[in-house]
Amino acid sequence: MAILSVKGVNKRFGGLQALGDVNLDVQENTVHAIIGPNGAGKSTLLNVLVGKLIPDSGSVMFDGQSVLGRKPHEINQMGISRVFQTPEIFGDLNVMENMLIPCFAKRDGAFRMHAIESIRHEKDMIEKAEEMLAEVNMLEKREMQASSMSRGDKRRLEMAMCLVQEPRLLLLDEPTAGMARADTENTIQLLKDIRTKRGITMAIIEHDMNVVFSLAERITVLAQGTPLVEDTPDNIKGHPKVREAYLGEAQV
Amino acid sequence: MLGLTKKDSTLLLVVFGLVMLAPFILNPFPEGSAMAQFNAGYPDLMQRFLIFGIFAIGFNLLFGLTGYLSFGHAAFLGVGSYAAIWSMKLVTLNVIPGILLAIAIAGAFSLLVGFVSLRRSGIYFSILTLAFAQMSYALAYSVLTPITGGETGLQIKNTDNPLFGALNPGEIGRANLFGLEMNSSFELNVGNWLFTFNLGYYIAAVFMLIAFYMSIRIFRSPFGMMLRAVKSNQQRMNYTGLTPKRYTLSAFVISGMYAGLAGGLMVAMDTQVGPERMFWTASGEVVIMTILGGAGTLMGPVLGAGFIKYLENIVSKINKDILHEWFAFLPDGLEDVLVTMVYPFVGKGWHLTMGILFMLVVIFLPGGLVEGGQRMAKLFRRNKAADAQDAASKPAE
Repeated sequence: MAILSVKGVNKRFGGLQALGDVNLDVQENTVHAIIGPNGAGKSTLLNVLVGKLIPDSGSVMFDGQSVLGRKPHEINQMGISRVFQTPEIFGDLNVMENMLIPCFAKRDGAFRMHAIESIRHEKDMIEKAEEMLAEVNMLEKREMQASSMSRGDKRRLEMAMCLVQEPRLLLLDEPTAGMARADTENTIQLLKDIRTKRGITMAIIEHDMNVVFSLAERITVLAQGTPLVEDTPDNIKGHPKVREAYLGEAQV
Repeated sequence: MLGLTKKDSTLLLVVFGLVMLAPFILNPFPEGSAMAQFNAGYPDLMQRFLIFGIFAIGFNLLFGLTGYLSFGHAAFLGVGSYAAIWSMKLVTLNVIPGILLAIAIAGAFSLLVGFVSLRRSGIYFSILTLAFAQMSYALAYSVLTPITGGETGLQIKNTDNPLFGALNPGEIGRANLFGLEMNSSFELNVGNWLFTFNLGYYIAAVFMLIAFYMSIRIFRSPFGMMLRAVKSNQQRMNYTGLTPKRYTLSAFVISGMYAGLAGGLMVAMDTQVGPERMFWTASGEVVIMTILGGAGTLMGPVLGAGFIKYLENIVSKINKDILHEWFAFLPDGLEDVLVTMVYPFVGKGWHLTMGILFMLVVIFLPGGLVEGGQRMAKLFRRNKAADAQDAASKPAE
């Protein structure tokens, strides 16, 4: 069953057709990668999915409900979490607090005036956050200020912050962009572990072919704002149209 | 204690002790001695320490936690003052309803101002709040004269006859707490020392301690953590399913209510109010207090408020004659030179002293006086540890 379904989405910026009649279904319990050369409309599509951009026409349904016109926090509360290209974390706060915030957001909704309660007494939340930190091997860093960590750890933390909310769909925007090789390998391994352990649905926008082919179960190739083909990784590798549009640059 | 950790309880107890014993602590010099002018233990000034402490604690909840710099907080203090004096003029001379009304009205007004101003952030937010405050000042100064008394402000007059006042015709009402007058004091003479225990001061002290306690609770609550998240990364907050704006607006209203409480207490202590209380320099003062003491810390705003009010009231009292007295032991020529050099920094020049101190703190101690204290404590501990290590490593002979 398609958990996310994009139908006939168009988006123009002035004279530029950023997205032209995009149709895309992300099936539940799969890792779906969206690839394409620079300027293919990957980021625009992602921004439509998270409510940052409103398309000129078309529909985006998540689990039977339209996401169009909803604000980012509402879309998160529907069950879509997002990992950014550069990790977006609460740099001034420590790792534990970074984990607690999504826990509270999940339990209490978009706003709650819990100004008198003490965090210390929220045993359930602390336990949940600790469990998740242990899962990504960061428990010993719980007191560390988030901004002082390495890029790889920040990515790990951001991922944990998304996962602790148990989203139904995890969106990843070039999760390994700008990473050293070792960090990239670690991130791929982390995503694989998450996939096997949690069976979570993921949509990945990615440039790095290594990442795409080691993770994805379905791949959609975007070119000039339109989906070219959608298929399994093996079929995509040999697809002539894809080679022409995208892979011609790099030997795969 | 009271749902606080051990460390926070200690802090609260220390503040409680300092506030309760302030009439002693702030009067270390005997009457009539040359140093007596540095005594700050008189009711009027001690009340101001507490009231501005409350004002700064509230401001810090907004600025220290969310990073939103309001440049118009004096407007809420002023609105609170006007509300309190009207309550005393019309309803009752008891200060409690006046103070509660001040908090409520300031809260409502800050909801309006915050709702509009929080559409923007950064410098634009600051300018919007400044504009609101200056508009309030202008309204109070002229347009709304029937309500605010214009330039001369409002006082309790002999024609005022509050509903529950039971005053004789022509009698001027005095602020009281269930019949106890605010300015009643108990004086204690010990040797050459004179200690004054003033009822108004202790009423302000109770409010200040409650305000301080609430601030600790907010700092340690999930809500307080969300406010720090607003300062850190609003984008991540949005994508975590939270609304940074509603959290910021709540913080804005809470800090507006703190300002209203301060304004109400001012009227309770001294039953008059004028529009200058809302002038932009008054808004600037609370910013300086908070930054000087240490924004985002619990004690910082209290220290900053005390520090500035002390300078304002004590350093500004030093005049040329006093300076001559101090340097009288020097040869005449040298004495005059020194007095001429020091004079610009005291008396009316106290702003100069404050400005220099403020610059030094911001440059060398960005965390304010609190950071200074922490650094000193660390240095002290390190020395002690080093001494202990020395002692241990040296073989006994």
